Amino acid sequence: MEEAGGVKLFGFWVSPFAQRVKWALKLKGIQYEYIEEDKYNKSPLLLKLNPVYGKVPVLVHNGKPISESIIILEYIDEVWKQAPLLPQDPYERAQAHFWAKFAEEKVRQSVVEAMCSSGDEKQKAVKLAVEAFEEFEKELKRRGTKFFGGETIGFVDIVAGCISYQLPVHEEVGSLKILDSSKFPAISEWTRNFLNHPLINEGLPQKDQMFAYYSKRSKEIAYQKMSHKTSIVIREFTDVSCGISLFLPQHPYERANSRFWVRFAAEKVTCLHDVFDDY
Amino acid sequence: MDGEVILLDAYASMFGMRLRIALAEKGVKYEYREENLPKKSPFLFQMNPIHKKVPVLIHNGKPICESLIALQYIDEVWHDKNPLLPSDPYKRAQARLWADFVDQKVHILGRKIWSAKGEEQEAAKKEFIEALKVLEGELGEKPYFGGEEFGYVDVALIPFYSWFHAYETCGNFKIGTQCPKFVAWAKRCMQRESVSKSLADPEKVYDFVLILKKHFGVE
Repeated sequence: MEEAGGVKLFGFWVSPFAQRVKWALKLKGIQYEYIEEDKYNKSPLLLKLNPVYGKVPVLVHNGKPISESIIILEYIDEVWKQAPLLPQDPYERAQAHFWAKFAEEKVRQSVVEAMCSSGDEKQKAVKLAVEAFEEFEKELKRRGTKFFGGETIGFVDIVAGCISYQLPVHEEVGSLKILDSSKFPAISEWTRNFLNHPLINEGLPQKDQMFAYYSKRSKEIAYQKMSHKTSIVIREFTDVSCGISLFLPQHPYERANSRFWVRFAAEKVTCLHDVFDDY
Repeated sequence: MDGEVILLDAYASMFGMRLRIALAEKGVKYEYREENLPKKSPFLFQMNPIHKKVPVLIHNGKPICESLIALQYIDEVWHDKNPLLPSDPYKRAQARLWADFVDQKVHILGRKIWSAKGEEQEAAKKEFIEALKVLEGELGEKPYFGGEEFGYVDVALIPFYSWFHAYETCGNFKIGTQCPKFVAWAKRCMQRESVSKSLADPEKVYDFVLILKKHFGVE
């Protein structure tokens, strides 16, 4: 293992974002010191190293911190040239960036949304997740290679890779079935190949521990969403039950308009990032 | 030499403006094609089948979607002139982080300002100003986010300045008085021809926001 000038990784055991960075460092044979952070009790040092977001992962190289997993991956690839993660050709690089972003925003996030929601919202989220999987399946088939990166693991594989070992847990916690191997043969095979790699499989969190964590986490997220909506419903209820309109206008048309606005804001405008940008 | 470059865009799109600025900075000749949003053309669906959004940069027939991805592509292909990203990997990582902050905070919060009402809107206005203050802190005493030279983060951020009038009108508040350093930086950027020629007219942006509000059934 190459001795690199002071590489530290601040992570959290179940964080898929930190896992991406671990994989990149291992694939390049970079020695690093790992520091475990408690998501519910973050150290002052972490908050100092990542003042903007206060999150893991943070890579510290020669005393300088870099945050956001995808940005860290790019940094690692630029500093350590062995086992390149991104292609050389600018157009192929742009495609890799596109699919990495897609894997994070459309694939991973939609699965988490489906896991944490219920009723109509859950149905909608599952539909979005399946559509994202369909696009991912199409692209894998189009490339026709073992991995997105070709015959070796690359940038997109690492970003998308958390799905390989976390999806079964999310499906179980959320009572979902998204990855049907008959419907998604290319993704299923990619998952098998990815997890078969010894450096990828090494040190992954235990399934039962992940199940316990995500069971709790999905309730937390559902509660946050509910309290946000409840505060809106409580205001309306207070209005109606008090017989006076403190918040809603008197005129029926204006009341309906107001209600539309409230629901629009709650359902369409609230960015998923507010709730799901955490692990 | 440059090959065939087409930019599929919409006049008021802050993301499209990023690419207009970058192409101008690099002196690249390109064909500009306007999408009549919110209606979308078959050509757009063909070039960006997954997200169906502008801007799309099409270089020698090959589409590149997502503005920051296309911005990096432009910087890599035309690397000889006016480089936007620094060469040092650590500084590049910081530039990417701040550009991502613009997308996560400035854009998302700005959108809430024009599309939300009541408490949601008030919260968005407050957080928007806070985000600009964080950016002011990052800028410090430097003329540009790139340091002495106009760079990646400046390109990523300056288009939102053309949306300030729309945000202020919809949100019934003033941004400039609360973030004078930000405005001073923006005016400095506007002195560059690549920026002044690429940014949409704020009144036209506001007209576009009204069209969007009607289209989405938002009052």
